[in-house]
Amino acid sequence: MHNRLFDKVWERHLVASPDGEPPLLYIDLHLVHEVTSPQAFEGLELAGRRVRRPELTVATMDHDVPTLNPDGPITDPLAAEQMARLRKNCEAHGITLYPLGSAEQGVVHVIGPQLGLTQPGMTVVCGDSHTSTHGAFGALAFGIGTTEVEHVLATQTLRQAKPAAMAVTVDGELPPGVSAKDLVLAIIAEIGTHGGTGHVIEYRGAAISSLDMAGRMTVCNMSIEAGARAGMIAPDDVTFAFLEGRTHSPKGTDWERALDDWRSLVTEEGAAFDREVRIDAATLRPVVTWGTNPAQSVTIDDAVPDPASFATDAEQRAAQRALDYMGLMPGTAMRDIAVDTVFIGSCTNGRLADLRAAAAVLRDRKVSPGVRAIVVPGSARVKVDAEAEGLDEVFRSAGFEWRSAGCSMCLGMNGDILAPQERSASTSNRNFEGRQGPGGRTHLVSPAMAAATAVAGRFAAPSDLEGAR
Amino acid sequence: MRAVTRVEGPAVVIDRPNIDTDQIIPAAWLKRVERTGFGPGLFGAWRGDPDFVLNQPGADLAKVLIAGPNFGCGSSREHAVWALQDFGFDAVVAPSFADIFRGNSIGAGLVTAQADESAVAAIGSALAANPSATVLVDVVDRTVAVPAAGLTFPFALPDYARWRLLEGLDDIGITLRHADAIAGFEQRRPIWLPSSRPQVRAVT
Repeated sequence: MHNRLFDKVWERHLVASPDGEPPLLYIDLHLVHEVTSPQAFEGLELAGRRVRRPELTVATMDHDVPTLNPDGPITDPLAAEQMARLRKNCEAHGITLYPLGSAEQGVVHVIGPQLGLTQPGMTVVCGDSHTSTHGAFGALAFGIGTTEVEHVLATQTLRQAKPAAMAVTVDGELPPGVSAKDLVLAIIAEIGTHGGTGHVIEYRGAAISSLDMAGRMTVCNMSIEAGARAGMIAPDDVTFAFLEGRTHSPKGTDWERALDDWRSLVTEEGAAFDREVRIDAATLRPVVTWGTNPAQSVTIDDAVPDPASFATDAEQRAAQRALDYMGLMPGTAMRDIAVDTVFIGSCTNGRLADLRAAAAVLRDRKVSPGVRAIVVPGSARVKVDAEAEGLDEVFRSAGFEWRSAGCSMCLGMNGDILAPQERSASTSNRNFEGRQGPGGRTHLVSPAMAAATAVAGRFAAPSDLEGAR
Repeated sequence: MRAVTRVEGPAVVIDRPNIDTDQIIPAAWLKRVERTGFGPGLFGAWRGDPDFVLNQPGADLAKVLIAGPNFGCGSSREHAVWALQDFGFDAVVAPSFADIFRGNSIGAGLVTAQADESAVAAIGSALAANPSATVLVDVVDRTVAVPAAGLTFPFALPDYARWRLLEGLDDIGITLRHADAIAGFEQRRPIWLPSSRPQVRAVT
């Protein structure tokens, strides 16, 4: 089987396939951030090695940057030390860095595509599991650990056993009010948290093709939450239109040559996959998670499930444990669950299109009294672009805090966290125990749902709001 | 990386599925710039519960962790592996592991022994009956045993991972034996691929 998008990208990056060793794969782009790289650079230096291809390595600061007063002194000494280390390492090895304060700084998976660094058919890695985001361009992109970061820095290659290939085909059209986030949460619920383990998922079908690049990135971003090594979508005219004219996109005759090549990056008719899943888009509704992993979700019309309704003893215990942690009773309608905080941002939903979707709901409305609402643009450029459209005013007038770019409350490293037992509606990607702060209770939703929930004070779809438009 | 041929010692059981790396090492610990010192943060939130298994007498001597399926899911943080090792674990036995966690473990010398769900359950039962029983994880034979209970089960571990663990090899060193192949590949890369530096192009 060498006729699938995944095979085509895999095979063009094979450097060597030695007997008894996993194949050696060339890496076209290595994205680096402050949290998972310091030990890798240290290891490199202890071994007396250099970065092989600094020009294929791009760094930014995102995981623990402050989103309030980012131009001021960094008050967290440990975060300051990590950022200083990254700066020093990039200077020592000649790596381009977009530091805090730079016009191109931002969440690593937002800035790669924004700069045109992520292109069809490439291999992209980063010491971050949400690297799967870049698969939206028909790239093979996956997260790696720090030892592998060091390996890529030293050799520009990675040893990888070839994963299996899964097709997730989404037929039909998404109903109004159902977004890419709802779609991917529904996919994860269908596959399960480790249904994708050992696989690269190719998302296919009419509902996928009709997504814009932001939506495709949202879908590929959460592939890891189904355990998949990567997610991919074949590049098409939507992809090419997004890329044309970006800083690092090919220009002139190179653009034409690249386009010719990129158009060949499709799965051939009739190709077989190791596993196939089909979903009918027309059946989907806006989704809210109720538990402590991203597969534990229901639609906004549903209620918190009864653990007894699960098939196996292990699933029942896992559901009960999740409900205990989340402070929820079986049978409670999702629309009756009140939230304390709403977070809009992250590599999943921190792009301009996401902010537009939320702002469209918030225009001329107010955040419910007592709800803390925060919007954190995915990059400094997203922030500037949103401000140019007046979105910041929409958010501020509604009662949202308008912050600066970073990972922020998605993982709560920078001090943007939930208090114990505080409940959030979050556009991020993980509702794990304590993910947004020790004891915090996270419900994953789309940007439009987050905005409607902020207004209602409890989980709501935009169509639930008074004067729904 | 040091070589690991077998791991033998007391074990603890955390019978939960989907133990994610945020639980193994909470994000607050990721600000460290070292590879060591993560042991006190291992299962940080759960350690607050006095009944948690790692708070029981003797848990600090454990060498093997027995866990539920999809162990190590979520974040790619290798700090999760370092935390397990720093606490004293040399092997984890589970019905399945998340891909990135498994790759990180092998790279750092932590044995991930993927055994059948029924085998993991039987080991768990044996340890419930005799909490101080020794568990033996043999990388050479790819077996996990509880000798006191007369139990031995096979576990899955790819050949290459097994070889790396047994030899204690440095991956970068192995890869650099293919330096010529890497350099040759680089000559063939399409010219339009992005680079952070302006490209110097040959006039053709």
